[in-house]
This record gives sequence, structure tokens and C-alpha cells, in this order.
Amino acid sequence: MLGYVFKRILLMIPTMIGISIISFVIIQLPPGDYLTSLLASMADSGQTVDATEIARMRANYGLDDPMVVQYWKWISGIILRGDFGYSFEWGRPVSELIWDRMGATLSISVAALLFVWAVSLPIGIYSAVKRHSIGDHIATLFGFLGLAIPNFILALTLMYVSYKYFDQSVGGLYSPEYVGADWSWGRVWDLLKHLWIPVIVIGTSGTAALIRILRANLTDELSKPYVVTARAKGLSEYEVIMRYPVRIALNPFVSAIGWVLPQLISGVTITAIVLNLPTAGPLLLRALISQDMYLAGSFILLMGVLTLIGMLVSDLLLALLDPRIRFT
Amino acid sequence: MSDTHPTPTFMILPSDGEETGPAVSPLRPGQNPDAIAISGQWTLIRRRFFSNKVAVFAGIVVLLFYAIGLFAEFLAPTSPTLAQPTFTYAPPQDISLFVTGEDGTRHWEPHVKGYAMTVDPASLRRSFAIDDANVIPIGLFVEGVPYKLWGLFEMNTHLLGPLDPTQPMNLLGTDSLGRDLLSRLIFGTRISMSIGLIGVISSLIIGVTLGALSGYFGGWTDIAIQRLIEVISAMPTIPLWLGLAAAVPIAWSPLQVYFMVTLIVSLLAWTGLAREVRGRFLALRSEDFVTAAILDGSGQMRVIFRHILPSLTSHILAVVTLAIPTMIVAETALSFLGIGLKSPVISWGVLLQDAQNIRTIATAPWLLIWPSGAVVLTVLAFNFLGDGMRDAADPYAT
Repeated sequence: MLGYVFKRILLMIPTMIGISIISFVIIQLPPGDYLTSLLASMADSGQTVDATEIARMRANYGLDDPMVVQYWKWISGIILRGDFGYSFEWGRPVSELIWDRMGATLSISVAALLFVWAVSLPIGIYSAVKRHSIGDHIATLFGFLGLAIPNFILALTLMYVSYKYFDQSVGGLYSPEYVGADWSWGRVWDLLKHLWIPVIVIGTSGTAALIRILRANLTDELSKPYVVTARAKGLSEYEVIMRYPVRIALNPFVSAIGWVLPQLISGVTITAIVLNLPTAGPLLLRALISQDMYLAGSFILLMGVLTLIGMLVSDLLLALLDPRIRFT
Repeated sequence: MSDTHPTPTFMILPSDGEETGPAVSPLRPGQNPDAIAISGQWTLIRRRFFSNKVAVFAGIVVLLFYAIGLFAEFLAPTSPTLAQPTFTYAPPQDISLFVTGEDGTRHWEPHVKGYAMTVDPASLRRSFAIDDANVIPIGLFVEGVPYKLWGLFEMNTHLLGPLDPTQPMNLLGTDSLGRDLLSRLIFGTRISMSIGLIGVISSLIIGVTLGALSGYFGGWTDIAIQRLIEVISAMPTIPLWLGLAAAVPIAWSPLQVYFMVTLIVSLLAWTGLAREVRGRFLALRSEDFVTAAILDGSGQMRVIFRHILPSLTSHILAVVTLAIPTMIVAETALSFLGIGLKSPVISWGVLLQDAQNIRTIATAPWLLIWPSGAVVLTVLAFNFLGDGMRDAADPYAT
């Protein structure tokens, strides 16, 4: 097992490098560089900078170095010193801005993942056991719809519904009176009241996909001879189903972390923009529009890394659950 | 998911293993077994596909949407950019077919009801109500705003419109500038559906080429390409799309932006396709017909493109169909966020931009309902069609 963990982590390194390169490319994509943007904003505010000063700054930031050197400076700053560069829109180091937001993104993603599991497990089992029943057809229909409705449209629709029929303010994570307040039961309750919309919005497509997968897997399992044997030996129907087939069919639940998590993080981004949640999404969009590229690049990098870690966790859990995987 | 599809009637052997009949199943009457036995791969694929009613219906819906996009100018009741300043946020009008005359008799006259406008004295906001007394007759093939169909033919006939072109007919309501939503939706169909098509073609080229190279050569080529695919699929798509789309220069013309957005959307979508192609290549590489082709002295390119690829066409078609909705949604999301297509280009995403805040949605819910309805319907149709094609792609599998 230890060998597998080691190998798996080693395999992650090239992918990690790839992700950092993509993030760096995105930082470099807009025409001009950090300094031209800075100079433009200084010129806007009436300041003038003489040519020698500009040259000194260019050398200082290493803007005339070859791309590879610039990349190395950027990535080594992040790894060695936790320095993500400077956000000129906010006038602060990027590292001061991102952690809160990334934390919120992660929490909502995890909440959504728990929701996905909690909803798709019972429905998936029910669908597989009672195949072609009315409940199964409803679940299938829901599944297709869940996969077909884009997150942001669902978010807008729920916003409208809750505004029109429940008269509840949506958007944000707290009601105005609780923003920045100390933690109390009232605040937790308020948070939960706001959290359900993003969690449902983000979790729906993952839930739909997982129900389909669980249903297909469990259906295959249920027709295997050992199930017939178990039933023939007089086990109760509940035991027959829950004891073995469900346990085996659960593998996709664990491996789902690997592919549902990127979806969720992606989903949080756009949903958060629509619902105005304090996660990475709105800040990322703003940074991209104002070409605050170090901030944007850092977000993209961190989201990629978060996904990779999710995949790692899912692989390790899977190996823990199913010994066959470790040896392939 | 094999259990959700009806067993095709042409199958001779029991396929699901539940049946314990005689070793040779009795043939169904009325079918000529020889015709099936000797029919080619594509005939079998077609038969299996057409036996899946849901997929066929979804296919018809998809074709309809493309037809709408193709004949947008003719189908739209008016010009999508024509602003009616007096009818901002006007609600949808219903079509009625009969008019009740003063003497109480009903007679045939298709019409919509006009608007009665009231101005709120405090906020000066206009609100519209349907005015039952104001009958606006409508008809088929009426003359209206002139246009050039496909930029070639000067015409002014519209499929449906008010008989008097100066009268308002907004079957789906209007937006903040009083533009007719139905016309805009129809024109949006053209852009949104074509983005899916063009995007899928470019991702098809990248995906098939890289997937084929990867699966055929194996070794280092394979490892490198697989790493690349892994990196790209590890990135959360929306942040990456955002990053790429935000880099499109503002000064570009709408056409350039359109192609750039299509390219961005397809840049991330080819990975699934490449994986599928690679898997099939690995399986087919050691087949006899490939060995035969190599022994015949065919070059590598010829083996790949002439011998192996044609036998995966059906699979590729299925994967491609399933990839189109992802692209349509991607474009919609990007445009909705304001970094994809922009006005004056009209796509479903651009239309949804108008429905960004709860205030607008509360005033004019139709601005959210219809464009999102179009997106969801398209995605559903493509998914069902793609599922059906995937099931039919390998007619020899049981």
C-alpha cells in the first residue's frame, strides 16, 4: 500500500507541472505585461515615471527574461516562499486575497459533494432494485433533466422561485445582519438557509450522473450468482442487497471524488458569480476582466491543484477499499 | 444502461441471458433472416438506431433546431435588432384563432391582443397589460421587415406576423429595448447551434489525430499525449474557459470573437474524444485486417486513416454528438458572464445576459424562461440522440 501511495504521488508531479504551465500561459496571454498595466494605471492617476525608472523596474521584475526564466521565478516564488505575485487591482499581495476565497470554494464544494452522496445513494439503490417502477422512471427523468440544465440557469431559476414564492432574499451566504458577525446559532442557521440553493445547484448534475452509474453497476451486481445464493440461503431481502452488491457498487462513489470534484469546483465558480457568493469565482471573473493576471492565474492554479488532490484522495480511498486496484 | 433500451427486433439470439429457450431460438415470423445475416455494418447500425424511438424523436428535434437556425430570417416575425422604445419589457401575447363579433358570433380570424400601457405616476415605470379590445390580426407568409436570406436573396416574407407590420406582435415578450424575444431567440439558435457544430469539428480534428497517434504508436507518444489529456481534464473547466476567453482582445470583430470562443470551447472538449479513439485503436491494432494491410505494404498513415479509422466512424459519431451539448452550454455560460460573445451578436448566452439580476427576472421572467428553455431542450435532445447512437454504434455487440 505504501508503495502504491508513493507511486501515485510521484505520478501526480508531472500533471501538477502541466497545470502550473497552463496557469502561467493564461497569466501571459493578454497583450502587455504587469508593468504596462501598472504604468497605464499610474498614468491614469496623473503620475509620470521616467524611462530609467521603468528600465530598473523591468529588470527588477525580470520582465525581459526568457519565458522559461519568468516561469521559474513565478513558480519557485509560490513553492518556496508562498509568494503568488502582486495584485495591482487590489494593491496587495495575491496571497492575502486568495485563501479566504479558496476556503469558501472548498467548503461549498465539499458540502455539495456530501449532498451528492446523500441523495444519490438511496435513489440509486431504489432505482436498481425497483427497476422500471414509477419511482425509477421519475428518477431517470430527474437524472436526464439534472444533466441537461446548466448550473447557472438552475441558479437563476431557483433565485427567481425563492424570490417570487418564498419571498426570501437569496444570494450571498449570510443575511445582511449576520455578515461579519460572531459565530452563533443564529448565524449558523442563517448560513444553512442560504447554503441550500448553491448546494442544490452545484450538486444536481453530479447527483444525476451518480444515480445513473450506481443504478447500472448495482443492476449488474444483482444478477450475479452470489446474490441468488444469498437469497436461496434465506437472507432477508435487505441483507441480500445491502451486504454485498451495494458495497461493491459503491466503488464509483469513491472514485466520483475524482471527477465530481472538478465539476463541483467548476460549478461553484459560475454559481457563485450568479448568486454572489464570497468564493473564488466572482473574484476570479473580476480579476480576469480587469486583467489582474497574477490573481487570476493563482486562482486557476489553486483550483487545478485542489482537483488533483481530490483525485489523489479518491484513488487512495479506492485502493484502500478495493485491494485489487493496488496491483494493477 | 442496456436495460432501458428495447431489444432490437432483428436480433436472432437472446441477448440478455435471462431466457433459457432452445439453443437455436425460433426465428420471428415475417422477417427474412438471410437479409439480416448478409446486411452490412451500416444497415445494422441504422436498424438498431431506428428501433430506439426516443433517440429518433430527439434526432428530429435536433434537426428542427438546425432548420430554425438555417431559416432564421424567414421564421423570425421581425428583425432581432429592431427596438420598439414604446414596448420595453412588454409581456408575451397569446395567439387566439377566433374573434367574437358584436353580435356574439365567432368567426375565424387569427390575432393577438394589443397592449394597454399604464405609467406608474411615482416611479414613471411603464407596465403593460393585454388589452382585450385591441385586436391585431396576424397571418402566415406576411410581408414585414425586409431582409437578405443568407445574405443572398432579398425578401420580406415572414412565416408569421401581424398583417399590419406597424402593429406589435411579441409572442414571447420583449426585452429592455423592446426587441422581440421570439425573433432574437430564433436568431440566437443560429449562432448557438453553429458554435456546437463548428466547435465539435475542430475538437474532432484534434481529438482523432492525437487519439489515433496515441493508440497506434503507443510507447512515448502515448505517454506524452495521455499526460496532456490528464492535465487538461484535471483543470476545472469553467475557470480555464474564463481564463482563455478573458484574453480575447476587446477590439476584435464579432466574427473573430465568434471563432475564438468556438476554438476555446473545443480546446477542452477533445480529450474525451481522444480517449475513446485511443481505446478503440489499442483494441483494433492487433486485428487481422490491420496486420494484412501492413503486410500489403501500406504506410502508417494509410493504415490509420484508410483502414482503422473507418471502422470506428460510428463510435466517433456517437461521442461527437454527446460533445456538442457541452459546447453549447459552454458558449452560453461564457456569454452569460460577459466574456464570450457580445452584443450585437445574438446567441442564447447573450440573451441570458439580459436576465442576470433578480430585478429583471422578476419584471420580465420570459427573458429567463425562453432562452434557458431552448438551451435545456437542445441539451436533452442531443443527449438522447447521442445515447441512441452510442447504443447503435456497435451492432455486433449483444
